[in-house]
Amino acid sequence: MTVREALLLAGQLLGLLTALVVVVLSLIWLERKALARFQNRMGPMRVGFHGLLQPVADALKLLVKEDLVPTWADRALFWSAPLMVFVPSFVVWVTIPLAKEVVIRNLEMGLFYIVAFSILPVVGLVLAGWSSANKYAMLGSLRSAAQLVSYEIPIVMAVIALVMVPESLNLVTIVEGQRTVPYAALQPLGLALFLLAGVAEVGRTPFDIYFAESEVVGGPFVEYSGAHWSVFFLVEYINTFVVGVLVALLFLGGWTFPLVPEAAWLGFLWVVAKTYLVVLVMFWLRGTLPRLRVDQLMSFGWQLLVPLSFANIVITGFYKFYRWPGWTLTLMSLALLLLAGWLVYRRQTRPAAATAEEMLARARAYRRREA
Amino acid sequence: MSGIGEVTVGPFRPERPLDTVEMMLNMGPQHPSTHGVFRMVLWIDGERIVDVEPHIGYLHRGSEKLCEGEIYSEIITLFDRLDYVSNFNNELVFCMAVEKLAAIQVPERAQYIRLILCELNRIASHLLFYGTFGLDAGAMTPILYGFRDREKVQSLFEAVSGARLMHNYFRIGGVKQDLPADFRDRMTWLLGELRRGVDECDRLLTFGEVFLARTRDVGNIDAQTAIGLGLTGPNLRATGVPYDVRRADPYLVYDRLEFDIPVGDRGDCWDRYYVRVQEMRQSLRILEQALGQLPEGPIMAPVRRILRPPKGEVVAHAENPRGDFGVYLVSDGTDKPYRVKVRPPSFCHLMALKHLLRDCYVADCVMVLGSLDVVLGEVDR
Repeated sequence: MTVREALLLAGQLLGLLTALVVVVLSLIWLERKALARFQNRMGPMRVGFHGLLQPVADALKLLVKEDLVPTWADRALFWSAPLMVFVPSFVVWVTIPLAKEVVIRNLEMGLFYIVAFSILPVVGLVLAGWSSANKYAMLGSLRSAAQLVSYEIPIVMAVIALVMVPESLNLVTIVEGQRTVPYAALQPLGLALFLLAGVAEVGRTPFDIYFAESEVVGGPFVEYSGAHWSVFFLVEYINTFVVGVLVALLFLGGWTFPLVPEAAWLGFLWVVAKTYLVVLVMFWLRGTLPRLRVDQLMSFGWQLLVPLSFANIVITGFYKFYRWPGWTLTLMSLALLLLAGWLVYRRQTRPAAATAEEMLARARAYRRREA
Repeated sequence: MSGIGEVTVGPFRPERPLDTVEMMLNMGPQHPSTHGVFRMVLWIDGERIVDVEPHIGYLHRGSEKLCEGEIYSEIITLFDRLDYVSNFNNELVFCMAVEKLAAIQVPERAQYIRLILCELNRIASHLLFYGTFGLDAGAMTPILYGFRDREKVQSLFEAVSGARLMHNYFRIGGVKQDLPADFRDRMTWLLGELRRGVDECDRLLTFGEVFLARTRDVGNIDAQTAIGLGLTGPNLRATGVPYDVRRADPYLVYDRLEFDIPVGDRGDCWDRYYVRVQEMRQSLRILEQALGQLPEGPIMAPVRRILRPPKGEVVAHAENPRGDFGVYLVSDGTDKPYRVKVRPPSFCHLMALKHLLRDCYVADCVMVLGSLDVVLGEVDR
């Protein structure tokens, strides 16, 4: 590597860091505004036009806040835990392409690299919980370990099923393979699996078990404050964005679908727009759903998502081996998705609706002088 | 276990070194989901609760003792501060007790005004429950939906009584002042808004898959145990017992109004939740009828300013949003009561906690406490 190449790489990494911070600020603003819309309120309005500068103000506030370390904490681990969470979520960006040419290093094993790094933050979370010397943090970090490890499996399986179609782990090749039809149309089941498990990986509602403000009051981060806490916060949003980008690239056709723009910057805009769309869906989930319980989370992952992800691989295998037309895969995938939905619906919603009607029927009418 | 500071754990058995040990987890009084200043000491095995020990008393203000030093008309302000989410209902019970003792006949119009305000307060209280219960379950939107509609009720309260929270509006023998001139219009508008609001709240949460998973068959209690523990109100009705003071022992003008009493069957968190949602609809029904029947006339019975009820004792109770709220009053014939004893429903509901939390998860503990809908102000008094 010459000096020039090294400088270029350093510049790229610095640019990446800046871009990520800007993205996170925009996501925070977007989330607050989107949630406010769901909840019949305005959201931040005071700092800047429609609160545009609110995330900046918040970030500044966080940086000047006192960084407290509990007396009982294991100082070295306590300080290094945020870093261990931050580094993996940062380095995956090295190989994520935002347009055909816009990528730092286009690795042949890109997707494998991303999946491999995405499991690392769990170490940081467990360390954070352990070193805080707080029982809530401990509970939260153990929850995060269980959750992240079990939801890694559906993600990996969904990715395996996906890469069977273009027969490549290179992200650019995968995106280029979707010129005619995006993989979301081929594998709706894969998309659902990846998105659900992805939401669980970044710990957003309904899978925010390990932050769970109403139960473990912030989980592993309960003792963190100031700049250290903001690193965790930063990582949460970067990871959200990673899931959004991956869904956009792997399933929604990246920069190639539905039309292939000539200019690279147009493709870039395409990808970013799709990513924000996926992220908005995740915000929408947060505005609507309550949180699962830890055992329900595990059974949802192991009893539903893992078997489904295996089935997804099998049907994709049939499609590839017998060279069936694409729509057969779509049909099989949809059928499995509907089956899963029906299974879930049958367990709770249908009996509850019946009970509710019964309850109304049994409501005892009150009449004068009857009592 | 050097990193965890002074961890309180159960006995470690060296002969079985791989067994887990129980951990003591102190939940509250600063925990966000303990609804005020309530403290639970949980013994947990992993995520499972082995034992729970509730601690109360963080909000004790000595209200009952304070009552003995105030003249009767001043005590109403103290009752506002008991269950601070259903102030009108508290005021009502105390006024009813004194009126019963002094044999004061409350004018018709005042009775209707009291009834309307109490029912509105019930809706406001249940909307707050709805919001906080959603928050306990991890959904953040319900509380904003609930508060949006509760705010409209509070504005009406402000217009009627001059205060949003501590109204001090009921008087012994009637109410402080007549309703504002535009009350009927505002009520008609409010009823429409509330009807829409309650429906919207219902649609958002009730049959959600995740919400059902969190609340169905969590914290079950059967009717026999519930009665034995002294549960009342929606918590008792969720077990299938149609006990409602408004029906069992009618006060005000409830015997002139038609309404249903929603009852559950399993007595789980979801039943407790849904009974309350249905109750809001019934309250709206009651309000519509009461507004139609609201008569003209005086709003105060002729009562001496310094009231000296005859010697004796009396019990009055009413259906508060939380349950059967009772007041036991002893008078020695002076202008101050000899003894005032409050029977708060929430206190009994906390009694059930130990039973309800058996073999639950830590996450359920928050849901169960939320579904009981306790207000610590009336527990500690």
